[in-house]
Formats: sequence, structure tokens, C-alpha cells
Amino acid sequence: MSDQRRWVARLTPWFFLAVPLAFLVTFTYVPAANLVAYSFTKWDGFSPAKQFVGLDNYAQLFTRPDLFRVFFVCLYYLAAAAVQVGLSLYFATVLSFNVRFRNFFKGVLFFPYLVNGVAIGFIFLYFFQPGGTLDSVLRLAGVHGQHLWLGDPDLVNWSLAGVSVWRYTGLSFVLFLGAIQSIPAELYEAAEIDGANRWHQFRHLILPGIRPTLSLTVILCVSGSLSVFEIPFIMTGGANGSTTFVIQALKLAFQFNKVGLASAAALVLLLLVLLVTWVQRRIAPDEGVTAL
Amino acid sequence: MSRHGHTLSPAGRAAVGAKYLSLVVASVVTLLPLLVIFMAAMKTERERATSGPLDPPHDWFNMHNFAFAFTQGGMLTALVNTAIILVVSVTGTVFIGSMTAYAIDRFRFRLRGLVLWAFLLASVVPPITTQVATFQIINGMGLFNTRLAPIALYLGTDILSIMIFVQFMRSIPVSLDEAARIDGASTFRIYRTIILPLLKPAIATVVIIKGVFVYNDFYVPFLYMPSPDLGVISTSLFRFKGPYSAHWEIICAGTVLVILPTLAVFLFLQRFIYNGLTMGATK
Repeated sequence: MSDQRRWVARLTPWFFLAVPLAFLVTFTYVPAANLVAYSFTKWDGFSPAKQFVGLDNYAQLFTRPDLFRVFFVCLYYLAAAAVQVGLSLYFATVLSFNVRFRNFFKGVLFFPYLVNGVAIGFIFLYFFQPGGTLDSVLRLAGVHGQHLWLGDPDLVNWSLAGVSVWRYTGLSFVLFLGAIQSIPAELYEAAEIDGANRWHQFRHLILPGIRPTLSLTVILCVSGSLSVFEIPFIMTGGANGSTTFVIQALKLAFQFNKVGLASAAALVLLLLVLLVTWVQRRIAPDEGVTAL
Repeated sequence: MSRHGHTLSPAGRAAVGAKYLSLVVASVVTLLPLLVIFMAAMKTERERATSGPLDPPHDWFNMHNFAFAFTQGGMLTALVNTAIILVVSVTGTVFIGSMTAYAIDRFRFRLRGLVLWAFLLASVVPPITTQVATFQIINGMGLFNTRLAPIALYLGTDILSIMIFVQFMRSIPVSLDEAARIDGASTFRIYRTIILPLLKPAIATVVIIKGVFVYNDFYVPFLYMPSPDLGVISTSLFRFKGPYSAHWEIICAGTVLVILPTLAVFLFLQRFIYNGLTMGATK
């Protein structure tokens, strides 16, 4: 090979990667680096001067109770995520065997995942109205009275977390169903000959067979619970104690022009997500997000 | 159990009953919130105020609220804007994703590990966490309040599509590339005439998954295109909240209008959607 051709050969992959890498760096890595830089400053987002304040923003995040309480809000969504995983595991297992109207049930359970987030917000604003759908259904069941499902600070996060279960169960369900169906059918037959009942099959065959998917779903759930935004923002705007981490960070940045503090908050969230992913990769090195 | 044709014991029959009961309950819980929205959208203003949410509408074909929501809610503008953004960003994603996958899967080059790692790390960063800083970049590029802002972000932060392409590319035999290379085809020609056509199933998957994502996305247009002329489906629907907050029949009609295309796409393309999601999630 001549020198010139060797150079061309060497540069070829970069020719294909130039545009994708430019996008990756511009919209993921530069913002992440800027986030770090902003987080040590007091900046309103537009004035040319950025005053360096060291770790002051971080100190505020962890000491001001009004800022710190968003950490507790994500616990409701974590609880919802646990319910979501449980439900989707159950329905995926049930529907991986012969069931009448299987495709209908599968479609119904999955469809909410595809629905527009704003539409879901409105659907459940209507659903949770005092004297609305939920109260009417409860009245049919003999529970009377109107509840402020979204107005009562003791109820609002449970209501919103419930919406999250409604929205996302379908996704994890379809992922589990796909994973269960890739377990070879002979294994079930062998297990049945050995006298294994459904629970044994689930425990010793299905659960180990879907471990990578389960582990991925748990990661998606945890990072999803930490970065909840759409549903509470659309439905309550963060009122009545439903402000999440992301709502707070975006409000600090765009409503109160505290870009420095907002960046610190965003960075803490980002590090938490990375930490969770890292822990999962340590526990199960061959599973999860390593799809490449 | 039943699939093997054994006669069922009473306990077995109870288990089957419980199984179906759980499925029916789950379906009702899933469908009821949607159904009451459909019913409310077909009620008149007075009817909605006086009837309960579970009461059916008098006239199942009352289209008045839909017409009102479509014209007054700026739905036509929203559809046009969403369509433009969707077509450009989906097309771009197909090229960017397949080119990245081609380079990563078919070439061994220095820094390949670093590039791979850079894409992988980015895939665990929830994009919404970095918006505080991303906003400054979009603004600095002069893209704020233009359709290019969401397009750039949709093109720039989609790692899932790359993963789908890489996975699929592994199933295309390298011998095809080599045969073409021996015939004197350039790398770009191999990409265009061999790889891209064989990637068709993966392209279909990416188009559908990405299309649904762009159609539904809220925070990107909300943050980057506040101008009412630049409303997309999500943000235009969101603007119903203020002026119609006392007119639930209008809000419900707008919501139904937004859901119907999704329902149509789902009913026609179910299998692609299921496959696409499973493909993106597992190795």
C-alpha cells in the first residue's frame, strides 16, 4: 500500500464518525463540562460576569430544607417503580403461556407507554378531580367523599407516582415478555417432566433467564425515579409538595435565574444516576446497558 | 395446566379464574381513564357539568368539541411543526445512527475503544439533567425559538438508535463487504449500496421508535420553542390548560385528538414496536 492509501484507510472510520461525534460532544459532553464549571459560580444565565463561589451552591443544596426535600419526593417514585416491576413481571409471566385474548391483553397493558405525556397529564387531571372518575368509582365501591388527590400534600405524590405506574408498566412488561419468550421451550418441557410447578418454573427458569432484562429495567426505573419531570410538571407544576429534582433544577435556572445553583443540583442528580449505574455494573458486570 | 389438556382440579380452576380476573382488572384500570376522556369529549358543556364522569354522552357522535379544539387550539400549526421536526430528525437519525454503527462494527482503528466508551457513557446520562447547560449552547448557536433547536437535540442525543443499528449490523455477514471491496467498491459505496439496504428492518424499527418519541416529547419544545407559532403537538395541547381550564370537554377533545394518531400507529405497527423495544434493550 502506498502512503496515501494507508492514510485514506486510516481516516475512513473517522469520516463516518465525524458528524455523530460532533453532535455527541456538542450536546452531551460540552454541557456536562459546563455544568461542572457553572456549579462553582453564582450566575444568572445572561450577564457576562460569573462570580466564583466555590462549593457554596453545594452547601446550599444539602443544608437548605426547601431544596433538600426533593430527595424525599423521588422515594415515592422508587416505590412506584417497585410496584411497576412486580406487576410487569407477573403479567409477562402469565401472558407468556397460553391465554385467551393474549394479544388484546398485551396491547392494552402496553398502550399507555405510547401515549403523549401531556395527554396523560390531562387524562389524570380529569381522573383525579374532586368528584371525578376516581371518586365516582370509589363511590360505587362504597367509599364516599371527595378527595383532593392532587391538592392534599399527603396524597399528591402517591397519586402522581400511581400515574407513573400506569404509564410505564407496559414498557417493562413488553421487555420481560420478549426476554421470557427467548427462553427455549424445551426447558419448560423438561421442567414439567421433572414435576416443577409454575412457581418453580418462575423461580428457577424464568427469573434466571431474564436477569439481564430485569437488571436493565431496574436501572431504567431508578434513573427514571431520580429524573421525574413530565407528569408532575404538567399536572401540578410542582405544587403542594410535588416538586421533583428536575422541576426544581429547571425552575431555579429558568424562573429564578440561579444557573449556578441549578447546575449544582443537576450535577448531583447526574452523579447519582451514574453511581447507580456503576453499582449495577459492579454487581452484574455482563448485564444491562452494555448493548454495544 | 390447560395448555396440555389435563383436566383441572378445583384448585387449578381457581388459579385459572384468578389469572383471568387479574388480567381483566388490569385492563379496566388501564382503559377506564382513557374511556372517560373519550366520553367527556363528546358531551356538551352543560351535559359535562351536570353528568357524572362515568355517565355516557347523549350523542356518541357529537363532533363539536373536536372541531373547536382543532381550530382554536392551533392543532394544524402543531401538526405541521411536528411533521417537519419529525421527518428531519428521523431521517437524520437513520443516517447518523447507521454511519456510527458502520464505523464501530466494521472497522478496527485507534481510539475505537474510547469512541465506544464515549457513546456508552452518554447513554446513561438522562438528557434532561443537562438541560441547564445545554440551553446555553443552543442559545449561543442562535437556535433558540427555531425548529432547529429540537432537531439538533434529537439528532445529537440518541444513543438507542445507534445500539439498534450496531446489533443489527452484526447479523450482516462481513463477507458481503469483502466481496464488494474485492470488486473495487469504495467504503462509502459499500455503506450505501450494501449495508444501508440490508439494514431496512433496523431502519423501520428506528423510524417507528424515534417517530413515537419525537411526537410525544414535551420538554425539548417546551424549553426551546416557547413561541406560539412554533407549537408542536405536546406544547399546543399543554396550552389548553390555561384558557380552557373550566372547559374540560374541550381539553378532553384535544387530548383525544392527540391520542388518535398514536392509536392508529400502534394498531398497524404493533409488531415493529414490540420488536424495536426488545431489540434496543437486550444484547
